Amino acid sequence: MHDIHDFGDVKVPVGPQHPALKEPESFLITLRGEKITAMSIRMGYNHRGIEKACEERSYIQSMYLLERVCGICSHSHSTCYVQAVEEIAALDVPRRAKYIRTLVGELERIHSHLLWLGVAGHEIGFDTLLMYSWRDREIVMDLLAKLTGNRVNYGINTIGGVRRDVTSDQMKDVLRSMDLLEERTKYYIELAQDEITLAKRLSGVGKLTYDDVIKLGAVGPTARASGIARDIRKDDPYAAYGELDFKVITDDHCDVFGRTVVRLKELLESYKIIRQISEKMPEGPLTVRAPRKIPEGEAIARYEAPRGEDVHYVKSNGTERPDRVKVRAPTLANIQAVARMLEDGYLADMPIVIAAIDPCFSCTDRTTLINDTGLRKKETMDWATLRSLGIESYKRRGVCFDKLNRKLEKGLKK
Amino acid sequence: MITQLFNILIFPGILFLIIYGFFAEYIDRKLYARFQNRIGPPWYQPVADFFKLVGKENIVPEQADKTVFKLMPVFALASTITSFFYIPLWREKALYHFGGDVIVVLYLLTIPTLTFFLAGWYSRSVYAMIGAVRGLSQLFAYEAPLFAAILSAALLADTWTLSDITTFYRNHPSLWLVNIPGFVIALISLLGKLEKTPFDIPEAETEIVAGTFTEYTGKLYALFRMTMNIELVVGASLLAAVFMPFGFQLNPVLGVLVYILKSLFIIFIVALSRTVVARLRLDQMVSFCWRFLAPLSFLQVLISVIAKKVFMP
Repeated sequence: MHDIHDFGDVKVPVGPQHPALKEPESFLITLRGEKITAMSIRMGYNHRGIEKACEERSYIQSMYLLERVCGICSHSHSTCYVQAVEEIAALDVPRRAKYIRTLVGELERIHSHLLWLGVAGHEIGFDTLLMYSWRDREIVMDLLAKLTGNRVNYGINTIGGVRRDVTSDQMKDVLRSMDLLEERTKYYIELAQDEITLAKRLSGVGKLTYDDVIKLGAVGPTARASGIARDIRKDDPYAAYGELDFKVITDDHCDVFGRTVVRLKELLESYKIIRQISEKMPEGPLTVRAPRKIPEGEAIARYEAPRGEDVHYVKSNGTERPDRVKVRAPTLANIQAVARMLEDGYLADMPIVIAAIDPCFSCTDRTTLINDTGLRKKETMDWATLRSLGIESYKRRGVCFDKLNRKLEKGLKK
Repeated sequence: MITQLFNILIFPGILFLIIYGFFAEYIDRKLYARFQNRIGPPWYQPVADFFKLVGKENIVPEQADKTVFKLMPVFALASTITSFFYIPLWREKALYHFGGDVIVVLYLLTIPTLTFFLAGWYSRSVYAMIGAVRGLSQLFAYEAPLFAAILSAALLADTWTLSDITTFYRNHPSLWLVNIPGFVIALISLLGKLEKTPFDIPEAETEIVAGTFTEYTGKLYALFRMTMNIELVVGASLLAAVFMPFGFQLNPVLGVLVYILKSLFIIFIVALSRTVVARLRLDQMVSFCWRFLAPLSFLQVLISVIAKKVFMP
C-alpha cells in the first residue's frame, strides 16, 4: 500500500518514449509534489554513426548523407559541410549560387520556426496554435517543394554551387507568399502578447540568465532571448548574408516567452531578407567545377541554423573521401541549459522548457559512450572492438557471416 | 412498471443517454476541429471508437489492484447515469425526484472524479498516480464554486429539489436572469469537472501521457470514455435545467428540441473555450479558482439572498 507521504519523491521517466518528445531521449525527473527536485539527461538513443559513414563515402555522397542529419534543418547541415569543403578546395562559389543558398536557408528558417511555434503550442495544451501555425507552414513547404523539388531534404547544394536555378516566376511566387506569411506572423505576435493563458504558461518559465548563457554556451534563439546578440549570420557572414541588411533579434525576458518572441520576430527578419534577395539576386553561373579529390587540409565552417550555431569540421587527406567529418549540432550546445532551466520548475513546465530550445536529438546523438553521472567510470571503444562486439552479439543470436566473409576474402584475392 | 422500465432503460434513460453521449462527443470533436481549421471526424467516429476499444484486449497491469482496477469504470458509469434521472430535461418534473435531490446529483457527479482518482492510484504507474493526485487537487478547487453557483439558484427558489427549481422559475420567468453570473461560474467549473482545456491538467498528455487512464485499455477504457461523454451530457443538462429554466411547458416534441438546443449550446461553449486557451498549470488553476471563481460564486449567493428579499417579500 502506498502511503500518500511517500509521494514526496517520485521518479518520473520522461522518455525514451514519451508523448512530449518527438525523438527518443531520456529525462529522469525526480518530483516532490509537482516540483522538480532533480533531473538527469541521458542521450544516445538515436545514434546513427553518420560521421563515421562519411569517411567511407566520397565528398559528394557525404553531402547527401549529412543533409539527412536533421529532418528540419537539412539545408543547414549540407551548406555548412559544403562551405568547409569549398574552403579546403579554395573554390570561389558564384554569387548567384550564394544567393540561392541563402534563399533556401531562410525559407528553411521560416518553416522551422513555424513548426516550433506549433510544437510549443501543443506542449502547453494549446492545440489550436499547432493547427494554425502548421497550416501556415504548408505555404512555405509548398514553396520549398516548388523551388527544389522536395519538401524536406532539398538537395539543392553541390560542392561549388547549387544544382537548381530560381526563375523570376518562382521568385514572384515566393514574394507573394511572404506577404501572406508576414500577415499571419503579425497575428501570432499579437496572440502571444494578448492571450492570457499563453502568457501565463510562457512568462517566467525556464529562466536562463545572461551569465548562465555565457557559462553554458547556449546558442541561437535560446541565447538571443537572454539578451546575447550572437548570430553567425552577422558575426561571421557566410553565403550572401554580408550583403544583406537585417537585424539580430534579441530579447531580455530570459524565459520561454522571450524565446517565443525572438523566433516570431526572426520570422519577420527572414521575410525582409528574402525580399532583399529577390531584389539583389545577381545573374551568373550556378556552379564552379569542383575537383573529385579535395587537396589535403582542414576547415571549420559555421552556419546559423534555425536552432543556433551549427559547426562542421572537415579534414581531408588528399583522396576523394574525407578523413574526418565532425558535426556539432546546435542542440548539443543548448542541452546543458535545459537542466539549468528546469531547476525548481514544475513538472507541467517540463515539456515546454525542453521544447523551447527546439531540440533535435537525432542531430545531437553522436557517440556510443554513455557517461552515467552515478558511475563515473569512463570507457572508450575503438572501431575494431565495436565491430567485433557486434559480430559476437550476432553470433549469439545465431547469425554468422564467417563463411560468407571467407568466401569474400577468397574472391578478393583472386 | 413497464413504463418505468422503459423510462429507465430506453427513453429518456440509459439508451438515450448513451446515444446522446456519443452525439455530444461528436459535436464537441467536430466543433473543436472546425474551430481549428480541420475537417473533423465523421458522425459515426465516437461509436466506431467505442466498438474498436470494446474489441481490444483488456490488459490489467501486474502491480495494479485487480479488483479496484476493474470495478472503477463500472462505478463511474453507474453514478453518472444515476444522476441523470434526477435532472428535469423537457418536463418540469424529472423522472424521479425527492427533497434534496440537487445535493445528491452534485455528489453523484463527484463520484466519477473519485473513481478516476482510485483507478489511477491503484494502477500503480507513476503517470497514472500523478494524474490521480492532480485530479483530486483539482476537484477541491472547482467543486466549491460549482456547488455555490448551483445552490444559489436553489436558494432563490427556496427548494432543494431540482424539479421544484424549474417549477419556481416557470412561475417567476424573469428571475433566472439573476443567476447569469452563477451560470458563467458554473460553466467554467464544469470545464474543470469534465477535465477539458484549460483544466485538463489530470490528463495533460505532454506531461503524464494519459494521466489516470494511462494503464487502461480495451473494454475498461471504453467504459471510462463513455462515462466522460455521459458526464458531458449530464453536466450540460444540469446547467440547462438550473440556469436556463425555460421551454418546459411546451409539447413533448418541441420540448425535446429545446432541451437538445440548450445542452448543445453548453457543449458549444465547452468546445469553444477549449479551442481558445492553453492548459493552465495546477497551481495556477487552484489559485484562479480560489481567488476569482470562489469569491464570485459567494457573491452570487449574496445576490440571490438579496433578490429573494426584494422580489419575494
